[in-house]
Amino acid sequence: MPFDVAADVMANTRLSADYNVLALSAPAIAAAATPGQFVMVKAASGDDPLLRRPFSVFEVLRDAAGAPAGLSLLNKRIGPSTELLYRAQPGDTVACFGPLGRPFTVADRSAQAWMVAGGVGLAPFATLADALGARSVSTTLFYGARSRAELFYLDFFRRLGVELVLTTEDGSLGERGRIIAPLDRRLAAHAPHAPLMVYACGPEGMLAACAKTAARYGRPCEVSVERIMGCGMGGCYSCVVPMRNDRGSFHHVRSCIAGPVLPADQILWE
Amino acid sequence: MDLSVRIGSLTLTNPLVAASGCFGYGVEYADLVDLSSLGAIVTKGLFLEAREGHRAPRIVETPAGMLNAIGLQGIGARRFVEDKLPELRTRGATVIVNVCGTTIDEYAEVSRILSDAEGVAAIELNISCPNIKEGGIQFGCSLDGTFDVVSAVRKVTRLPIMPKLTPNVTDVASFARASEQAGADAVSLVNTFLAMVIDVETRRPKIANGLGGLSGPAIRPIAVRMVHECYEAVKIPVVGMGGIMNARDALEFMIAGAAAVQIGTANFVDPLIWTKLTDGIRDYMQRHQFTRVTELVGTVQTGPVESPTGA
Repeated sequence: MPFDVAADVMANTRLSADYNVLALSAPAIAAAATPGQFVMVKAASGDDPLLRRPFSVFEVLRDAAGAPAGLSLLNKRIGPSTELLYRAQPGDTVACFGPLGRPFTVADRSAQAWMVAGGVGLAPFATLADALGARSVSTTLFYGARSRAELFYLDFFRRLGVELVLTTEDGSLGERGRIIAPLDRRLAAHAPHAPLMVYACGPEGMLAACAKTAARYGRPCEVSVERIMGCGMGGCYSCVVPMRNDRGSFHHVRSCIAGPVLPADQILWE
Repeated sequence: MDLSVRIGSLTLTNPLVAASGCFGYGVEYADLVDLSSLGAIVTKGLFLEAREGHRAPRIVETPAGMLNAIGLQGIGARRFVEDKLPELRTRGATVIVNVCGTTIDEYAEVSRILSDAEGVAAIELNISCPNIKEGGIQFGCSLDGTFDVVSAVRKVTRLPIMPKLTPNVTDVASFARASEQAGADAVSLVNTFLAMVIDVETRRPKIANGLGGLSGPAIRPIAVRMVHECYEAVKIPVVGMGGIMNARDALEFMIAGAAAVQIGTANFVDPLIWTKLTDGIRDYMQRHQFTRVTELVGTVQTGPVESPTGA
């Protein structure tokens, strides 16, 4: 059951000229959220921008006693709505509705967990890493971005004991190139009988490549898709993803309620 | 304070109705919203068979509005009756089904299936979707087509019939008249305005279908005008919609002549809007000493406007 909260901005941490982490006071949502779920957010108070925007819950923030106090969003400014979220200040309020959607299947300790993130696709993996850590699952983050300046929260993941495999397109940190290359090599080297779960979030091309690569090695893969979304509730049918059906054709599922986490091998990648 | 309104033989407990295509089949919202507290819900449009609709992206935001081209994705009339209607009945929802067709026979067949089912309160005839190639708007843009679809459905059902009119015509009131003459119990309007948004960097449309329908507060003044024109032209109730975001906007439509109003885009922004709308209407009625919401309908004063300064 989602909650609608006029959330106070607790903090706005600028990570770069385009990225920020916005901390929102929303205890009810934070307490209910599970890894991979999202919130529908609107910083504007009037009709322009009009619609909310979907954001993965980035972190669940806790008070001194350890109780959920709020959540944070990993934001990249690309348009008017994300610009408002980039500029939000403590004292502002942001309409925040959630948690929404189907979460990741959290692996158990018999398996290894590999999280594959591209750019702002890092967003769902902080909470997932937390949940995997709580189950003592051996976890690796494959994380690619354009340059060193756009690889964030590395120490956060290191503190959770997550192994990092990094790539940058300019070679300024980690391996030069795209994240699928080291993923492919590690999959090839991984013992076939050792259980493994692959999770991915990022640009559509990366997700498709990740799905294909995981399938080639027979590994289960869950992807968190990003679609232009109107409502987050299944009301508008905007955010559909074509999924294979058993008749050799496809069916459009609403990624807001059937996802955003979907089984990669069932998506009809274009 | 009496908020009830009548649409033909159907009485709604209040004038607030969820618009088709903006509330799924209603069941999606059942845990969040008390469906029985709404005047009615209009389901997503239904053809005889299931449809997958258009590719994504299906919407794009515009100044104070949005463009959509979903393509009437839907599960088909029979599956709706089997899978969705029972829960809607359990939840106490007043269900208006939005009926689509590519032919007049299909409109009639879908309407017949729904008339035989338990729990359908009325039929909204979708003759105005701008986003599909066949059916829908081809009937809604022709007076003869409108008359023929309504007449054919009139023959197969006793349920109240409400054609949903397109604003993409020169004289919308003539379509309300054609509907009335064919035996419609009400008309609803407006559907969306056919529109286009182009990404200037790629020089491609921003939604996959190319064209789409514009909704939201950007279109509200045009919709209010069209509702008022229809109110003046016909005796049957007019159900108004187009960019209603709050109680003030809903009241504006009723004062223009709407017997009830539909909420679409605003439900996306605020799925908990319903109690806020009801509270706002009650507050207005109290301040203006109305006891029945129906007293408001069509009360717009269209004489000379007095300057607020008295000059």
